[in-house]
Amino acid sequence: MKQATQKKIAQFLGFFLLRACLTIVLAVLLLFLYDIGRKGGGAISWEFLTQAPRKGMTQGGIFPAIFGTFLVTLITAILAVPLGMCAAIYLNEYARQGRLTRLIRLSIRNLSGVPSIVYGLFGVILFVNIMHFGTSVLSAGLTLGLMTLPWTITASEEALKTVPNSYREGALALGATKWQSIRTNVLPYAVPGMLTGTVLGLARAAGETAPILFTGAAFFLPYLPKSLGDQFMALPYHLYIMATQHHQIEQVRPIAYGTALVLIVLVLGMNMTAVVIRYRLRRKRR
Amino acid sequence: MNVETGIAKIETRDLDFYYGPTRALKRVNVSCYKNRVTAIIGPSGCGKSTFIRTLNRMNDVIPGTRTEGKILIDGHDIHASDVDVVELRRRVGMVFQKPNPFPKSIFDNIAYGLRINGLRDRRKLEEVVEKSLRRSALWDEVKDRLDENAFSLSGGQQQRLCIARALAVEPDVILFDEPCSAIDPIATAKVEDLIETLKKSYTVVIVTHNMQQAARVSDYTAFMMLGELVEFDVTEKIFTNPANKLTEDYITGRFG
Repeated sequence: MKQATQKKIAQFLGFFLLRACLTIVLAVLLLFLYDIGRKGGGAISWEFLTQAPRKGMTQGGIFPAIFGTFLVTLITAILAVPLGMCAAIYLNEYARQGRLTRLIRLSIRNLSGVPSIVYGLFGVILFVNIMHFGTSVLSAGLTLGLMTLPWTITASEEALKTVPNSYREGALALGATKWQSIRTNVLPYAVPGMLTGTVLGLARAAGETAPILFTGAAFFLPYLPKSLGDQFMALPYHLYIMATQHHQIEQVRPIAYGTALVLIVLVLGMNMTAVVIRYRLRRKRR
Repeated sequence: MNVETGIAKIETRDLDFYYGPTRALKRVNVSCYKNRVTAIIGPSGCGKSTFIRTLNRMNDVIPGTRTEGKILIDGHDIHASDVDVVELRRRVGMVFQKPNPFPKSIFDNIAYGLRINGLRDRRKLEEVVEKSLRRSALWDEVKDRLDENAFSLSGGQQQRLCIARALAVEPDVILFDEPCSAIDPIATAKVEDLIETLKKSYTVVIVTHNMQQAARVSDYTAFMMLGELVEFDVTEKIFTNPANKLTEDYITGRFG
């Protein structure tokens, strides 16, 4: 009897602690979003979203930064998505599972934890200096792509692992080749998960500053990038400048908040897209 | 151990199988006759499933495994260099322990094997799907809902779907790896009836945990223990007058 009461108290305390933790996390997050929404909301206007900065970036909009972020994320996606998915398919389906494969997998996991500034410096050496792409949207996109790859590979491999082995064996037992069994009986069920992980990785890349800092992002450009060899403005870098580097920092504060809001909405939008893709594909399968 | 002068569809000769350093099959010699049902019985871990999976080289996909000795199907060594393992698996169909329908429609499940072999003609596909479902005695239950997901079927129906799926690619041998261990007694009875019908057109090999099932459905029975074939004979003889003391102990329930 006494033991039963104790067990109930322990359960109550446990649940209480878990709820408290969740509440704290949510409260901080909501407070943060509310603050940015309140202070940045006023800056948002059609002009803000579609015009270039004017008068030493104290007026005008942030269109070049939005455009630049889209462009650089697109390049990131072109590098990281197909390469990441194919590498994951190879690792999970074809590679002999031995010590070497485990080492490779461990290295990939570790790479996803490497600070982004390290990728930035690596990008400078590899793309800007050795490959002579210059400080450009191409170099920046490729650098972000490298940074995103470990995430795409890991997420895609996890997605492949959720497909039961009986689908693979069942197909093989009917006279399918290995590739046929993967293409028709594994990938269709793994792709929603692969895409979700990938888009989340891209959303993270879109918000990064350090990797593009030395590889192609510009403080201010009076024109939009016309080729992959041009420099570009990007939302996270623009935000960094407006928040810390501008000479009239008080005056541009609303612009900084507005930029932050746009960036958050963009990243949130990409994450929502991932959720929608997953939901749609799952439903289609039913 | 050669028991009868029938046409041996499958013959294993001194078959050894290794998972890495572990020897899972030791010099197994079994013959499976055409239009007969051969049951493999034995306690858990005796190598029954390993044995049946060597017959369509399904074990090849497990890394670190090795086969020694010979497996002849229609007199041809299935490990010979000119054997296409993909074609072998089409000819030697397999039904697994747990029903493994694919998350597709009932129709697409049955059509899967035909489509991967390049058949696109819708009418021909429909024909084969109907024929296969009729053969597995599932047609009347599903004919009005072929577009529904196969997961909507009951466990027993799912297993008959898997049998229909295996039949659709027109194999000559069907391997059953404990096909009834995950389904209820009524569904089991249906699958057993089905096996009885199937042997008219196919060579059937079935691994089973259930000795009554082996006695009911099979013509020949192989009793295995610890990777070795203890006794192989006509089913009736195994269950009424086994030659080996171990077989007798096992079928009378003294261990296992």
